[in-house]
Amino acid sequence: MHHATVAAKRVYRARRRRNALNMSMSVLGMCFGLFWLAWIMITLFGYGFEALNWQLLSQPTPPPGSDGGLSNAIMGSVMMAGTATLIGTPVGVLAGTYLAEYGHRGWLAPATRFVNDILLSAPSIVLGLFVYTVYVARMGHFSGLAGALALSLIVIPVVVRTTDDMLKLVPDSLREAAIALGAPKWKMIAMVSYRAARTGIATGVLLAVARISGETAPLLFTALNNQFMSHDMNAPMANLPVVIFQFAMSPYDDWHRIAWGGAILITLSVLGINILARVLFRQNNS
Amino acid sequence: MGTVIIPFSGHKSAMNPSHFPNEPHALARRSPRQRLYQFGDVLFENLTRGFAFLVLGTIVAILVSLVVTSLPSIKAFGFGFLLSDDWDPVREQFGALVPIYGTLVSSFIAMLIALPISFGIAIFLTEMSPAWLKRPLGTAIELLAAIPSIIYGMWGLFVFTPVFSKTVEPLLIATLGQIPGVGALFHGPPMGIGMLTAGMILAIMIIPFISSVMRDVFELVPAVLKESAYGLGATTWEVIWKVVLPYTRTGVVGGVMLGLGRALGETMAVTFVIGNAQRLSVSLLAPGNSIASSLANEFAEAVGDLYTSSLIELGLILFLITTVVLAIAKLMLLRLGRLEGTRS
Repeated sequence: MHHATVAAKRVYRARRRRNALNMSMSVLGMCFGLFWLAWIMITLFGYGFEALNWQLLSQPTPPPGSDGGLSNAIMGSVMMAGTATLIGTPVGVLAGTYLAEYGHRGWLAPATRFVNDILLSAPSIVLGLFVYTVYVARMGHFSGLAGALALSLIVIPVVVRTTDDMLKLVPDSLREAAIALGAPKWKMIAMVSYRAARTGIATGVLLAVARISGETAPLLFTALNNQFMSHDMNAPMANLPVVIFQFAMSPYDDWHRIAWGGAILITLSVLGINILARVLFRQNNS
Repeated sequence: MGTVIIPFSGHKSAMNPSHFPNEPHALARRSPRQRLYQFGDVLFENLTRGFAFLVLGTIVAILVSLVVTSLPSIKAFGFGFLLSDDWDPVREQFGALVPIYGTLVSSFIAMLIALPISFGIAIFLTEMSPAWLKRPLGTAIELLAAIPSIIYGMWGLFVFTPVFSKTVEPLLIATLGQIPGVGALFHGPPMGIGMLTAGMILAIMIIPFISSVMRDVFELVPAVLKESAYGLGATTWEVIWKVVLPYTRTGVVGGVMLGLGRALGETMAVTFVIGNAQRLSVSLLAPGNSIASSLANEFAEAVGDLYTSSLIELGLILFLITTVVLAIAKLMLLRLGRLEGTRS
């Protein structure tokens, strides 16, 4: 009897030790994640704010050895992200509407949902390659519009997914009330479903904008780059990510400084849009 | 939603047979306004259906366009393309072995690091963290996913690489590098750039994806199950290992595959730190190349049809690998969802 208690106590202690060990590993894992976030943020802000000045925003990209800024790249990025959002949002919202409002029967809605989730995580460089083969190669030249098309392929799955999710959150009683009043279905969707899911869908669009603001890979062989200020969507267009890539890979110190300036601009805008989306979504939910 | 009865919609859900729009006498009895509404319904439904088809068709269009444009390379090299480590634009001899190897190895290293860390983070967030810390810590980890990949690449090249080559790499060479067999993996000069560095950076990038899926599926476990295990005297670890993990197995695998899909296709971060060398080396400290970084570096400057077409075939291979991995991830997560649906 006594012997058995001692053995049981030993097993119990071993279990407690194992528990303590594994739980501390879990805390360490959390610290590991936070450590990288802190390190990246601290160095980024350190180098970035040093490079941030009025000249960075007002002058175009320089040739090696002379002063300059990123004005043409900022302009190009804003124009391409804007065009991509304008193309991607209606496509995404309408496809998402089909999934949530009409897709209860048949194979189309589940199949589209499945494919959309794959597109959501598909390598962005392949999307750039796709736009190259179907658009750039046909037109014979790189262009801002091609860049915007490649980015819109990233916007669409994000918007489809959030529209679908947000419309599904709208209670059916609202829909039934509209139908009972004699509204046709399209009017019910436009006046009731969309209105109820409005902020949710807007959050999705914002998240999509945040994602494409930092995307580099799909622009490398669609928009390419341009050393000068250009507003022509039919010509190669400068953009922040590709300029950062080019300048950071160069051997020149002053180009590195400009690249850090671009990095902090992108990060601040991406984080800013993310925070905005979260605040909007939280207000909507409460 | 399935219970909603929608008049004039062209759906068969309308109860009265005279509501079928195809019957002429039914149409004739309606006012012009009703007919307008009905027309609007048909139009709107088909419009949205068209865009759903468009999304579905995108993946087919990507596949077809990549296959068609890589035909010259497929014809020239056949299956040998996958097995050859030649990459010579001057002689126009191309093979995909080096980039495929680099893609797989760097992603494997990333999974090796990210998997236990993400598991730890998910356990911390679901089982240990005080309630007031859950949201800020969860958001902080999710922030890692919001940082654009080019920032990871730049930070990796300018900040991480110098530190890594001075501290961790010499240590690895001095310890693991001396063991016969395994030592070959940690051989050579500590340059900072290379397969191991790429794997490290990739690990940091995919941790938020894997850990947030794990956290979400862990929270699906019914409290009753966990409470009964605790009631029997189980420790927290035993509850996680013997109750939570078996219950959420498919979801966890789905999250892991999702992270793997991300790692395989990641471009910019890898391009900065992998070294871009078309050479096959056993050592993880040596520079290599991945499919995505080959494309990023060479595509815009590629001259000649065969060169371009070989690069596009690389892209096709990447697309096929990631699509299969992501499809498995999605199927696993769907299975967990169905399980959840039947049990609750």
